[in-house]
Amino acid sequence: MFDHWLTQDLLVLLGMGLFVWVLWSGSHHERWQRAWIRFRQDRAGLLALIVVAIYLFVGALEVLQFPTKNGGTRTVLDVFVSGIHDERSYSAPLAQAHLDPSMGNLKGLHLLGTNALGKDVLVQTLKACKTALIIGGLTSAIYLPLGTFFGILAGYFRRWVDDVIQYVYTTLASIPEILLLVAIIMVAPGGKNLGTLSFALGVTAWVGLCRLIRGETMRQAERPYVAAARALGQSHARIVTRHLLPNVLHLVLINFVLGFSGIVLAEAVLSYLGVGTPVGTPSWGNMIDGARAELGRDPVVWWNLVSATGALFTLVLSLNLLGDALRRAFDPKRG
Amino acid sequence: MSTLLEVRDLAIHFATETGTVEAVKGISFTVQKGETLAIVGESGSGKSVTGLALTRLLPEPPTIYKSGQILLDGQDVLKKSPRELRTIRGNKIAYIFQEPSTSLNPVFTIRNQIAEALRLHRPEVRDLDAEVIKYLDLVGIVDPAKRLHDYPHQLSGGMQQRVMIAMALSCQPELLVADEPTTALDVTIQAQIMDQLRELKKQIEMAIILITHNFGIINGIADRVAVMFRGKIVEYGETHTVLSNPQHPYTRALIQCIPQPGQKRRRLTTIDHAALEAAS
Repeated sequence: MFDHWLTQDLLVLLGMGLFVWVLWSGSHHERWQRAWIRFRQDRAGLLALIVVAIYLFVGALEVLQFPTKNGGTRTVLDVFVSGIHDERSYSAPLAQAHLDPSMGNLKGLHLLGTNALGKDVLVQTLKACKTALIIGGLTSAIYLPLGTFFGILAGYFRRWVDDVIQYVYTTLASIPEILLLVAIIMVAPGGKNLGTLSFALGVTAWVGLCRLIRGETMRQAERPYVAAARALGQSHARIVTRHLLPNVLHLVLINFVLGFSGIVLAEAVLSYLGVGTPVGTPSWGNMIDGARAELGRDPVVWWNLVSATGALFTLVLSLNLLGDALRRAFDPKRG
Repeated sequence: MSTLLEVRDLAIHFATETGTVEAVKGISFTVQKGETLAIVGESGSGKSVTGLALTRLLPEPPTIYKSGQILLDGQDVLKKSPRELRTIRGNKIAYIFQEPSTSLNPVFTIRNQIAEALRLHRPEVRDLDAEVIKYLDLVGIVDPAKRLHDYPHQLSGGMQQRVMIAMALSCQPELLVADEPTTALDVTIQAQIMDQLRELKKQIEMAIILITHNFGIINGIADRVAVMFRGKIVEYGETHTVLSNPQHPYTRALIQCIPQPGQKRRRLTTIDHAALEAAS
């Protein structure tokens, strides 16, 4: 069901809506406004934000699909790159002819060459943004609520609630992550698809966030305003949602940005191991996986590997810089 | 006058890993409607524990209500369910605490904090803004309409405490428990807040339990005073009687600790616990 174009469109719009809602509700808080004022002065952070925005834009172009007359679907990005022709096989970046001279000349110029099936590598790299962003977005949509919810519960109610939640996440954390991921993907119904992959990543990724939120909630719950809320006769549910949640939400935002790069990396690793994105879906992990054979060729086919790692590296670096900038902007010790 | 609150032989223990701590050892007192009772005692005497116990705000465990009754309008608070307790908190008994700066939620504006209390206990109020302004005005905040959208950190300590009082009053409680309301404030602001409480006492019919370690601030506001020492009430009576003719050596020692203006320069009085122990 995750493969249907309408579902994908809706899911992405939903994810974006959720993100915008968090930012919108945050923009009313003094603390977020002051953080934005500080963030604006952070050049590295701003640059990272722009780069991340470009990735998001490219990903969105590839996600937004529409059905065509002959029953298939085309993405908005497909329309943009419709002038770039497929070749018959490998060709080096900016080359005039195929890598195998017997295949003859190329139909067009390819900035980053073509892959084994003759597809333009630049287009494939751009298309793979979508896979990375979908996995990142879906996984975040699973693990952020899980981690925040259980973290606040454990930190607020303590005692047996805390014991149970700690027991569960310590058990999860004690299993080597890759092993657990592979196991979940293997047994999940529906087989290998983006949904299964996100689910597996989601149920393993909430542990760190949960720990963080639990600690911060414990700190916040000790503060007199929670006692004051209780003295006013507010219920546990209201104290958790109205008082504690807004006071730990900045940690969720930072964790989301920093965690995103980890998820994109994990996708690449899992695809390299052969349990990630299905073969045929453009993904950086699949491109790197394919490079195993390509690096053994003579002459070496390096452009697939370099394009995928380059795109991956830029995104991960930008996300980390952005996360750092956000953390600095929200640090209460600076004002 | 009718009795609003009657505490009978209340004993509170804390079960800790190293043994049981007897925080309150069987105390009894009453509060009439509209009356102000001051509970005076030093740190650790059990006065704050007593205040929090009135609506069972102490965490259970480790708290154990060993014996006694807390009768509010004749009904025992210790027998109420959590749901019933929530309707008492704020609605019948409201609190103000020592640290106004941290007792307000940092992410909400003044208006939202008070509106929250109103929505909870007085859902019939339609115009929340007007009601919030009314109470901010009542506690002496100048130009309250302009303060509505301020955050707690934009206010001074005295102002924050006034907001806390406004929040407590907005629920129209029958009893206000003020737990060291002026301890975190400097002396001039202390005086202002105490004046404000005195003023409010005249304006609204509301009983107050004033918990403090400072005998100096209760004069003129408390009708009666209970002196607590090591979990027991050692002296209980009309404020002027206790102040002019203290019976218990601990009360005498506490009163002597109030610095007098024009006093000859000498070391400040301290309480000699060994001597008190020997006396009692």
